Amino acid sequence: MPELVRVERLKMAYGDDVVLSGVDMSIEAGEIVTIVGPNGSGKSTLLKAMVGTELPRGGEVVRKQGLRIGYVPQRMAVDALLPLAVSRFLSLARVRKADAIGALEKVGAERLLNRQLSDLSGGQLQRVLLARALASEPELLLLDEPTQGLDQPGSAALYRLIEQLRDDLGCGIVMVSHELHVVMSASDRVICLNGHVCCQGHPDVVASAPEYRALFGTGTQGALALYRHEHTHSHEGHDHDHHHHDHA
Amino acid sequence: MLDDFLIRAALAALGVAFATAPLGCFVVWRRMAYFSDATAHVSLLGVAIALALNAPIFPSVLLVALVMGVVVVRLSGRGLATDTSLGVLAHSGLALGLVAVAFIPNIRISLDSFLFGDVLAVSRGDLAVIWLGAAAVVALVIWRWSAWLLVTLSPELAQSQNVKPRLEELILTLALALTVAVAIEVVGALLIGALLIIPAAAARPWSGSPERMAMIAVIFGVASTLGGLQVAFWLDTPAGPTMVVVAGAIFALSTLGAGLRYGWS
Repeated sequence: MPELVRVERLKMAYGDDVVLSGVDMSIEAGEIVTIVGPNGSGKSTLLKAMVGTELPRGGEVVRKQGLRIGYVPQRMAVDALLPLAVSRFLSLARVRKADAIGALEKVGAERLLNRQLSDLSGGQLQRVLLARALASEPELLLLDEPTQGLDQPGSAALYRLIEQLRDDLGCGIVMVSHELHVVMSASDRVICLNGHVCCQGHPDVVASAPEYRALFGTGTQGALALYRHEHTHSHEGHDHDHHHHDHA
Repeated sequence: MLDDFLIRAALAALGVAFATAPLGCFVVWRRMAYFSDATAHVSLLGVAIALALNAPIFPSVLLVALVMGVVVVRLSGRGLATDTSLGVLAHSGLALGLVAVAFIPNIRISLDSFLFGDVLAVSRGDLAVIWLGAAAVVALVIWRWSAWLLVTLSPELAQSQNVKPRLEELILTLALALTVAVAIEVVGALLIGALLIIPAAAARPWSGSPERMAMIAVIFGVASTLGGLQVAFWLDTPAGPTMVVVAGAIFALSTLGAGLRYGWS
């Protein structure tokens, strides 16, 4: 699998405040990587470093030549004084109108095409942002807390969509989450972050890692509920089975 | 025709409206109102430097406004530019400008004309500078339109499309500095901010797209400056402040009209 982004000995800081140090990781095409960590652990900063808006204080971020990045920010404050319809917002992403509508349909937001961005709810805006990222046919999809503002069925549908996107587009996906107790089993790798990489590996491995338990153990009594996604290959009309194992 | 000082004043006012109104939309969208005020106030220091060196006003004001803008953008990049630090820069820059002018011996020009503008004293040469400057601002706004919209919405989204947020902020700052240099003689350092913000804010209720808002802002801006000039002529009041009063009245009417039409929210 071709490598999309490689992060080496990354150090990030705001002023004297060191947020990340000694971070090594790489993302390959077709893989889903979930980054978990407590608030202030540097998850969003790591994503911003991969996008390139925040410059490293040390180490480096190596991107594949001409890498197409689809980025879905944690939130986007749209000033009420800025009149901007969803259709115009998507055209700013330099996608053709047909592609934009197709992307909106994929995330179930085609009805929002002519709505004003500042009128959307948090969940609706999240979908539009995801559609925008998809429309540019990314090789690397970066999602910052994508389930924020979504209810349980909404989150489940989003996780399903993300898996499907990986299969359809073959893109690499990095997802940041603070939902410590809901780590998607579809993740190929989970990276546990707290200023540095505490541990990483297959979700099951990370769940039982002592570093993970030391970090999140008190909050969830050491339990990690996996969002299991049973592949039953059912056909149209039959939804996948979802079992939410809560061991807490 | 250009011999008539009123015609020259009207043309200068028109040029200023074309520069301030579309750029003002970005000032409003990016919540840079205080930043633009600070840049305009500090530009008085540029006037003082030009008078001391007996140099032309425009390049000096442009340079000072540009330096101020770049300093603030750099500070905000490090999370230091708060309301407070902008306030410190704006007021100390303005005060420093006022003090510096007091040191210049045999000053021929009243400082009032740079604080509140003196559009009736605009010469043919000034007019050429104003229109060239305004044309440059309009060209920058049109050229960088989509990129600035993206950076305004989210620097990360912009960067993911290879639009460089820091570079765009720098070009926006250049456009703002140009606007300050263009407008200082017409409305004065203290009131430039008003011509940036008020037409854009008045245009908002009638706009469904950013492009439409910019165009309506231009119409309101032109109405404010030309209307203000006319009212100032009738009532024998200072032109710069009168333009801002007319702009304020347009804003009030626009808000009232939108409230009647779309309901109060």
